Formats: sequence, C-alpha cells, structure tokens
Amino acid sequence: MSSCTSPVIPGFGLTLGYTLVYLSLLVLIPLGAMFVHAAQLTWADFWAIISAPRVLAALKLSFASAFAAAIINGIIGTLLAWALVRYRFPGRKLIEAMIDLPFALPTAVAGIALTALYAPSGLVGQFATDLGLKIAYTPIGITLALTFVTLPFVVRTIQPVLADIPREVEEAAACLGAKPLQVFRHVLLPSLLPAWLTGFSLAFARGVGEYGSVIFIAGNMPMKTEILPLLIMVKLDQYDYTGATAIGVLMLVVSFILLLLINLLQRQVGKA
Amino acid sequence: MSIRRFALAALASALIAGPLAAAETLLNVSYDPTRELYSEFNAAFNKHWQAQGHDPVTIQQSHGGSGKQARAVIDGLRADVVTLALAGDIDELHRLGKLIPENWQERLPQSSTPYTSTIVFLVRKGNPQGIKDWDDLVKPGVNVITPNPKTSGGARWNFLAAWAYAQQKYGSEAKAQEFVAKLYKNVPVLDTGARGSTITFVNNQIGDVLLAWENEAFLALKEQGGDNFEIVAPSLSILAEPPVAVVDKNVDKKGTRKVAEAYLDYLYSDEGQRLAAKHFYRPRNEAIAGEFAKQFPALKLVTIDRDFDGWKTAQPKFFDDGGVFDQIYQAQ
Repeated sequence: MSSCTSPVIPGFGLTLGYTLVYLSLLVLIPLGAMFVHAAQLTWADFWAIISAPRVLAALKLSFASAFAAAIINGIIGTLLAWALVRYRFPGRKLIEAMIDLPFALPTAVAGIALTALYAPSGLVGQFATDLGLKIAYTPIGITLALTFVTLPFVVRTIQPVLADIPREVEEAAACLGAKPLQVFRHVLLPSLLPAWLTGFSLAFARGVGEYGSVIFIAGNMPMKTEILPLLIMVKLDQYDYTGATAIGVLMLVVSFILLLLINLLQRQVGKA
Repeated sequence: MSIRRFALAALASALIAGPLAAAETLLNVSYDPTRELYSEFNAAFNKHWQAQGHDPVTIQQSHGGSGKQARAVIDGLRADVVTLALAGDIDELHRLGKLIPENWQERLPQSSTPYTSTIVFLVRKGNPQGIKDWDDLVKPGVNVITPNPKTSGGARWNFLAAWAYAQQKYGSEAKAQEFVAKLYKNVPVLDTGARGSTITFVNNQIGDVLLAWENEAFLALKEQGGDNFEIVAPSLSILAEPPVAVVDKNVDKKGTRKVAEAYLDYLYSDEGQRLAAKHFYRPRNEAIAGEFAKQFPALKLVTIDRDFDGWKTAQPKFFDDGGVFDQIYQAQ
C-alpha cells in the first residue's frame, strides 16, 4: 500500500523541516516581531494611528495605484508574452532579455530616470504638459513607476503556460468554426487565467510595498501623493517605531486579505 | 598538503597576521553633504596621527539621511564617531540607545559643532523671478523646492529659517504660521532628502528657487560651473549647527576612544577648520573664518538654542505628528 502512495523521491521530513526553518527565519520571525512591537499599543491608540486622515489617504493611494499598475501589466504583459511566444522576429531574444531589466535595475535609479523623463520639463513630460496632462508628481506618475517595476511578473508567469498550449489547439478550434475572439475567450483564456492571476497578484503585492522608485516621482505631498511606505519612513524619522509598525501591520493585514481573496478566486477559476 | 593541513596553516597565518592587519579602524557615521569634506579630512587626520608616532588608522565613512544614520547607530551600527545634521538626532543616541551621556554636547567646544552652515537660496541664472528675500517666496506663481522636514534634517533648518524671518517681521506666531503655510503652498514637490531636492531643482529643472544648505548650494555651483545658477542670501537666516560626538559605548568596547577623540579634536585644529571652509562650511575659528570672509556673505542669523529653545522643544512643536508642519497641510 505504502509503495503506491509514497513519492518516488524520499525526504518529506527533511524538505518540510527545511521549509519551516527557512520560512520562520526569513518571514515569520521578522513579521511576528513587527506584530509583537505593534502589540505595545492599545486598540484605541492603534486605531487612532491607522485612521488618521493622512494614513487613510496614503492607504487609498498605495492600493489603488498598485492595483492600477497590476491591471495595466495584466493587459500589456499578456500582449508581450503573446508576441514573444507566438511569433519569431529579429530582435526577439533582445526584447526577451529586456523584460527582466526592471528587476535588475536599482529601483532608485528607475525612479530618478522616470522622473527626469516625465517631469514637466522632461523629454516626454513636455508633450504631456502641452496636452494639459501632468505625469510626474501625481498619482499617474506613481502608477507609472509601479508599472515599470512590476512589468516582468505577468509576462514571466504567462509565458511558459502559453508556450505549453500547442498552436494546434487554436487551429482545431478555428477549423470547428470558432472566430478568433471565441478562440481566445473559450480556448486560451481558461488555461491562462490561473497563471495570469498569479502574475497579477505578484505585481500587486510588489507594487503595494514599493518605495525606492516611487518617492522620486511621487512628489510626496501630504494627503495627495504620499504612499504608505513613505509614512512608515516619516514615523521612523521621528523615532516613532511603534507608530511605524502599526502602519506596517495595517499594510500587511490589508495585503493578506486581498491576496487571500485572489487565491480563492484562482481556485474557483481552476475548478471551472 | 591535505585540505585539513592547509586549512590549519591558513588559520595559523590569519591568527599571526591578524593583530598586524587589524590596525585601528574608525567608523565615522555622517549625513549626506559631508562626503567630500570627510574624504579629504580623513587623509589629513591620518597624516597628523602618524606624525605623532601612531600607527596608521583606517577610517571608514558612511553617509545618508541624518535621522536614518542615527537610527542605524541606535540599532547597532558600530560607529566610533557620529557627525550628523542636527543635535536632535544625536540626542536620540542618548535617549533611545543609551550610547552617550546626556551632556554630550558640552564635551567639545562650541556646543560640539566645529563648523556651521546656513540656509541660502539657489536661483536660476539672472534670477528671472527677482527673488531677494523670504517675502518673495510666498508670492503667487513662485515655485519653491525644499525637502520634507519630516524626513530631512536640512529641511527642518529651512522651515525654521522661514519661521524666524516671519516671526521677526510680522511679530507673532500666528502670523509666522500663516507665512510658512503660504510658502509651502508654493512647494510642488517634497523630496525626502536634501540631495533629492537638489536633483529636482538642478537636473529636472523644477522650481524657481531651491532652499539649500549653503555648502550644498556652493557645491551645486561648483559642479554646474556657475553658468546656470546664482546664490541669493536672504536678509535673515538660521545658523545651522551640525554637531559631532564620540559614541562612548562603541569606542570603549572597541578600545578606540583615544583615536576617536583625537579625530574630533582635529576638526577644531587650523587645518581641520581650513578644510571645512574649503568644502563650504563656515569655520568656527574666527581667524580662519576671516581668511574666507569673501566666500561667506555676512548674514543675520538666528540660532536653534537662543530662538527656538533647542531641538528638544522645536522638534515636537514643529515636526512631530500633529505639529505645526502637519497643521499647515491639514488646513489646506
């Protein structure tokens, strides 16, 4: 009996033990320490900190811009993955390599470069200004920076799945009379969606916590363009460690709930 | 030779070489704009130290936002000396870290501040907006660049300078608050640090005037060749006093007290003072300040201790959560 169920490669105890130790050291203990530190606050104090108008404004901005960036990358990233997997063209390898650059570049460099480009006097920004559009120092600029930083996630999660769907499947559907849009809707989308959601949630989670690239382009105006990680830095600069951890806990809880929801959604999609 | 014997031999040689190689090292934890000053000062001090018959000392320097640097030291960075942007940050080394005694500022001359600076205006060449004094900064349409005082030590000096001007001119705290509120309405971007603001103003071409440390303004002029910018000295400014201190707990643990104290003392020597002036800090030594009188315009200066009752009063009143700076943004 056991020979049927036990895996070919042994080592369940070892791998699980390693997983637990590794996760504890890297994730659980630091995050736990944060909760312990925040626990020094009474509920009333904690509530007063996280319900301050500035914190709420920053919360809205951080999550909304991260969400927008993840959606944009969800659409453009799928297109990029599609082009890279389905077509052969000169320079494909080069583009392929460029996709990962946002990960390699220090985020501060990205932030400074984007600000220089999109500031009202910048190369791109001046045209936007002519059109009456302000990019740098507005929520649009923040979304732009986050879109840049999280670009690789969706592309890289969709790509292998797309490559695994044989072209014949699309051709078969077409032979059976499906229109291109129907092929996409009924054949490709169901298999892509789980991977897409993974890429989306990775991009979203990364965007919520991003600091380095955003602070340069955000303008950091209180109530308008302050992101939550900046408020944490502000608290730390006042040596208010507990206040900073309170905001950290808030971010963590909200992110956790959102990621959990996305996970549940993913399950539903997987079942269907 | 087996691996084990090789390892033993390597270990032995490391042990023998250890004490020789581990010549004294000194870590100076400082804030952003002192980078150039201390790279030159370190070399000068080393020469002086060896001339007195000591072994050479390896001096490492670390730079960053003043508050961030203080936190790093509190959290365990083994700094021998700290040279930060404001006394308030070094006070925290006593309050939160218990690393230095409370009276640290009395241990060296001039409140432990070997050099000073002030806040000046950097404007674009030809001064197209005709900016002469603080009153010009609150005019509609003038864009002022200054970092966020909540995250930048330099920005706190900017804020207090504007406050002091308004209070002296208009006579009351309420009027001063109105004035700074108007001034910050003209600020389109609040960078997190002084260097960030300099980049915004110089490289990204945003704003008409940058409120800057005098030494940063001179540095920007020097690097940009003086063709694009001019320095304007306002009628009144603040004496920015970036203090220094030996971190007692760390030097006693490492046994570096003697060299650390000599290092800070040397900042007060003629050569140290001249180097400070060369890097656009105002020397404390009157005679040497005289040599550089042409470089530094004479200004009416308020001080943090006399006019604001020190950082221990000013920090909570103006910059902590709910303080004046928050109020002027909540009111908008």
